[in-house]
Order: sequence, then structure tokens, then C-alpha cells
Amino acid sequence: MTQREALFEFLQHLGDNTLILSHRVSEWCGHAPVIEEDIALANTALDLIGQAQMWLGLAAEIEGAGRDADALTYHRDSWDFRNLLLVERPNGDFGKTLMRQFLFDAWQALMLEKLARSEHKQIAAIAGKAIKEVAYHLERSGDTVIGLGDGTEESHARMQAALDDLWPYCGEMFNLDERYNALILANILPRMDDLRARWLSKVTDIFDDATLVIPTDNFAHSGGKSGRHTEHLGHLLCEMQVLQRSYPGAKW
Amino acid sequence: MSSEWPLWEIFIRGQHGMSHRHVGSLHAPDAKMAIKNARDVYTRRNEGVSIWAVEALHIAASVPSDKGPLFEPSRSKVYRHPTFFDIPDDAGSM
Repeated sequence: MTQREALFEFLQHLGDNTLILSHRVSEWCGHAPVIEEDIALANTALDLIGQAQMWLGLAAEIEGAGRDADALTYHRDSWDFRNLLLVERPNGDFGKTLMRQFLFDAWQALMLEKLARSEHKQIAAIAGKAIKEVAYHLERSGDTVIGLGDGTEESHARMQAALDDLWPYCGEMFNLDERYNALILANILPRMDDLRARWLSKVTDIFDDATLVIPTDNFAHSGGKSGRHTEHLGHLLCEMQVLQRSYPGAKW
Repeated sequence: MSSEWPLWEIFIRGQHGMSHRHVGSLHAPDAKMAIKNARDVYTRRNEGVSIWAVEALHIAASVPSDKGPLFEPSRSKVYRHPTFFDIPDDAGSM
């Protein structure tokens, strides 16, 4: 794999994470438990889709095959997507959605902090812009995890169940693909050795306050980064892509 | 205990405004979340540089039925408006 191909892969990984999570979060629009949360979730979804546009736009540019962010979004199939399995997990209840958001935000905040120091100027610029949005997402999702975890008996039970269910999808964030080694050597992608420890320390702090217990089993699902997805992604893509698949190039 | 979150009144200082202005109200479980919700509900189009949230129950308000005694007496006191002075030209616009 050439450096350009590796970079294309990695940028799709970043872009697809935010694209797929954005779609999931947008599914709450009009359905959140209170209007304030409804608007907040829609804002988060819009931030994420903005980030997806930038990452996938750059990915298409690097690929140099005449595609753009829209082509990558609407005309790839599930095996072409490089997102973490975590972000394609169905929403479940409100608490589970916020748990997924928190686990992802904590990772994304650290990742962007590293990418902002990339020697690749465009990557550093996109990360620098996204980092402020994500800092807010993390603060909000972290506070909500604490509020619901350390809340009523029922909210606590639901948050613990959400954590137990989603934990096996977190390990994938840290098994760095060997395909990206060339990028690390070229200082495009910073070293990620301390990423897991720093993420764990952040989520442990929040879960302590939330009175939630991290599962002891460290089994981790993987496959998202190489295009082996769960059945949920296909259903999500059906909904997201149907219009452009039925009327390719349609604009309005 | 009420299952409703308390109501908060939200004040935003705009990009060029000097003072915080009341923009509306929202529900939130505590002050910290009230600020966050206000950020999401009232500043998403880049309206502000500062947010105040005040729990609505802490606002003392005049009673609408007292409108007469409170406000009517001032209606007939035009001399309270500083419109009877000749402003010297070199004072400029006031």
C-alpha cells in the first residue's frame, strides 16, 4: 500500500466515523425526550456532518479519482466504509445514545489534539477547527453520563446496561492498523501509543462520578476499519443513500 | 418531587451589545446544564458572546393587576422628560 493509499484509507476512517455517527444522532431529531436535548442533538449531528464533509472532501482530493465528499457518502457500499463499529450501533434509548457519544467524544477529542500537530497542513487545519466543536460535545455528553449514571435507580441501571453493551466496541479505537505505519513514519499521523491510556483515564474519571463500573472483560469487536461491518450499517446506508441511488446527482 | 426540570430565564449579550438581554426561557436540571442548553438553543446562529441563566423562581416580578398604581401616575408627568432644556450647539448630539 502506497502512502497515498494509506492516507486515503485513514481519511475515510475519520470521515466515516463522523458521517455515520452524525446520521445516527440525527435520527433523534423530533424524538428526544425534551426539546432542549432535541436541539442539542441536532447541533451535534450538524457539527459531525460538517467534519465529515471536510475529512471526506480531503480524502477524495487525495484519492484523485474525480470523486468528491458526496460521491464517497452516497455511492460507496458498506464494505467501503471505514468507520468504527461503535458509531453504527443502533441508538437504543436516550441514555445509550449519550453513552455511545461520550465514548466516541473522549476518543475523538484526543485524536484531534494529536492530528492538530500533524505535519500535513490540511489535516492539522481540519483538526484545529473540529477540536473546539468536539470539546463541547465531550463536556455535554460527559455531564449527561454523570447526570444519568448518578441519577435515579432506573437511569443508573440503563446507563450501566449501555456501558456493558458498548464497551466491547471501544477496543477497536486503539488497535492501530499496520496500514497506517507509513503515515506515522512520515509524521502525517502522530504516534498513538498513549491514546488508550489517556482515553481510559478520562472515561474512568467520568464513570467514577457517574457511579458506573467499567466491565472487566476486555474482548473487543473489530472489522470496521477494514470494511467488515455489522448488519446495522447496511440498514443505515439504505436510508441515507436512497435518494442519490434512485436519482443519481439529484440536487435541490 | 416534580418530574419537570426547573425553568430558567436566559440572557445573552450579543456580539456588539453592551448589556445582556432576555432572549427566552428553557428547562434544565441545574445551572450548568441551563448554560449548555442556552448555548444550544439560543446561540447556534452565532448570536452571543456571553450567557446568563437565572432560575425563574428567583426573579421577583411586578403583579400585572398592580399596573394602575405602579405605572399610571408617571403618565401625566411630562416634565420628567428632559425635553425642556435648550442644548447648546457645541454640546453636540446627546
